[in-house]
Amino acid sequence: MDQFTLNLLFVGASFALYIGIAVWARAGSTSEFYAAGRGVHPVTNGMATAADWMSAASFISMAGLIAFTGYDNSSFLMGWTGGYVLLALLLAPYLRKFGKFTVSEFIGDRFYSPTARLVAVICLLTASITYVIGQMQGVGIAFGRFLEIDTTWGLLIGSCVVFAYAVFGGMKGVTYTQVAQYCVLITAYTIPAVFISLQLTGTPIPALGLFGEHTASGEPLLQKLDQIVRDLGFAEYTAAHGSTINMVLFTLSLMIGTAGLPHVIMRFFTVPKVSDARWSAGWTLVFIALLYLTAPAVGAMARLNISELMWPNGTNGEAVSVEAIENDAEYAWMATWQKTGLLDWEDKNGDGKIQYYNDANADLQEKAAANGWEGNELTNFNRDILVLANPEIASLPGWVIGLVAAGGLAAALSTAAGLLLAISSAVSHDLLKGQLTPNMSEKSELLAARISMAAAIVVAVLLGLNPPGFAAQTVALAFGLAAASIFPALMMGIFSTRINNAGAVAGMLAGLVVTLLYIFLHKGWFFIPDTNMFTDADPLLGPIKSTSFGAIGAAVNFAVAYVVAGMTKETPQHIKDLVESVRIPRGAGAAVDGH
Amino acid sequence: MVDQSSQQPAAAKEDDAGYWSKNIRIITWCLVIWAVVSFGFGIVLRPMLSGIAVGGTDLGFWFAQQGSILVFLALIFFYAWRMNKLDREYGVEEE
Repeated sequence: MDQFTLNLLFVGASFALYIGIAVWARAGSTSEFYAAGRGVHPVTNGMATAADWMSAASFISMAGLIAFTGYDNSSFLMGWTGGYVLLALLLAPYLRKFGKFTVSEFIGDRFYSPTARLVAVICLLTASITYVIGQMQGVGIAFGRFLEIDTTWGLLIGSCVVFAYAVFGGMKGVTYTQVAQYCVLITAYTIPAVFISLQLTGTPIPALGLFGEHTASGEPLLQKLDQIVRDLGFAEYTAAHGSTINMVLFTLSLMIGTAGLPHVIMRFFTVPKVSDARWSAGWTLVFIALLYLTAPAVGAMARLNISELMWPNGTNGEAVSVEAIENDAEYAWMATWQKTGLLDWEDKNGDGKIQYYNDANADLQEKAAANGWEGNELTNFNRDILVLANPEIASLPGWVIGLVAAGGLAAALSTAAGLLLAISSAVSHDLLKGQLTPNMSEKSELLAARISMAAAIVVAVLLGLNPPGFAAQTVALAFGLAAASIFPALMMGIFSTRINNAGAVAGMLAGLVVTLLYIFLHKGWFFIPDTNMFTDADPLLGPIKSTSFGAIGAAVNFAVAYVVAGMTKETPQHIKDLVESVRIPRGAGAAVDGH
Repeated sequence: MVDQSSQQPAAAKEDDAGYWSKNIRIITWCLVIWAVVSFGFGIVLRPMLSGIAVGGTDLGFWFAQQGSILVFLALIFFYAWRMNKLDREYGVEEE
């Protein structure tokens, strides 16, 4: 059986499984559509939240970004896990005690203001739509690869699948489907990593292999990798190169953003008890950590494998020949990926070999001149393809490659569906039913939910055709927006009785606007290419890149909220009582659908 | 909405305040550890830990790519266990 059929088989089988579950658990009422009747066990909920959370960015994109920069991208690892500490300690139990369905309902009630609820909805929509763009990028790459077509077509086909899938069931369908998706994606991520770790280090656990010994050379793996990339003129893998301030702010933005993303927070409304909300956050992180502890190993080992494939005779020997790339089975992956338009090479100096090195490095230019090289000949290597290409790079069996394709799609689909659900509930439940047309019937509310999903997908596809960065970077922008707008409002709502309606509204708006402005200045207005005034290579404020600005936006939010609250009328007593009640678990009944 | 606290006697209210300040203290300590392992050992303090070798690199690299995740896990489970105990001490657990 050829690889194409094998991929189709794996992807087809996994889809059949998800659709089967969605049909079996089809949502009937609005309450089931959003929150699965709250009958979900913490471990089950943790697993589903992990699938919901780990998206194309984590599965497809993150290890690739780490592979090509090493230590400097550790921010993704710390940021996307450390946020769960904030979520578990500062938000989850209290939001569960409050007992409503959506994040904006909490903000609307706590700040006793329909305006606050409206502003929260706007913040949620902005962050979620940016997030969906990143997911669609991942969907495009995964579909492009396994159908062996251009990523643009992959994106269009993928978006139809995502739409059909998300519209079909609500949260309940999604919860159980996501458990299945978690199983598929974690198996798909772990199996190739275990194989590769065994090949390179003899250790079956990739996380240990990363810090273990490279069996072929007898040196520690990371030391060997450092030496190889140095020889090719690239920055050392384990060393720090970027600005420390930027790295701290970037990590912090990802952490705060994690705790401010609506589709993750919504999950904690679906556990039966307050104590379960605390455990549930822990279980979620357990399931996430299984992937996040493997990811840096995947990145480092793939970087080593690629370098060795391009320089089969060592970094001081001859480079790989064009003939080998075109004919050897070991290099077959390069031809298949070339079809997606995300990988390319060119024999610039016509010596029949492909030299892969850093042609911007002065030391290497001397070596290049001496050897007659005319620039790096691996002209395009999109970082987002690394994880999907990884099993092929390591010459693993065909079924592993099929499994990884299915896993990548599971990750992108589950998150896209969760986000679309958050977007549709924000529009239909908070915006239409909560504000504009309170007398709407359940049936038309569900219809509005589905229409808003369709609209969100169209916007995401249009923007996803010209994405503002690699998938994980686009997603990082969404985190910055969530960090600057939602998280501070939720935290102040629980931990301070001083913040009143005016303070919260002013804070959220200030945080959202400055962050959005900073992102648009660097990434182009509404992400339209070439409309940017600055670049992340030379940002407006010192070393602070647009992906790191969320933490500053959050600080602006807190500061503005405190100042405005200090100048306006004090929070009324019944709201202070509400805050007091949210702080203690006693009396947390089942959540109610309040409008 | 869920609360009956306004109808509770003053003693119960004081108890609630005690419960809350204990909670804040636990949160603060957990967040100090959270920040020290990630922003501290993983980023800012990494040069100070560069002398401690771990598998071909230094301890700071390990904290940045692996150690902090393990500490985060421990923190969340510790907090859940500690708070569920505190709930019972103050009798504020759910029925």
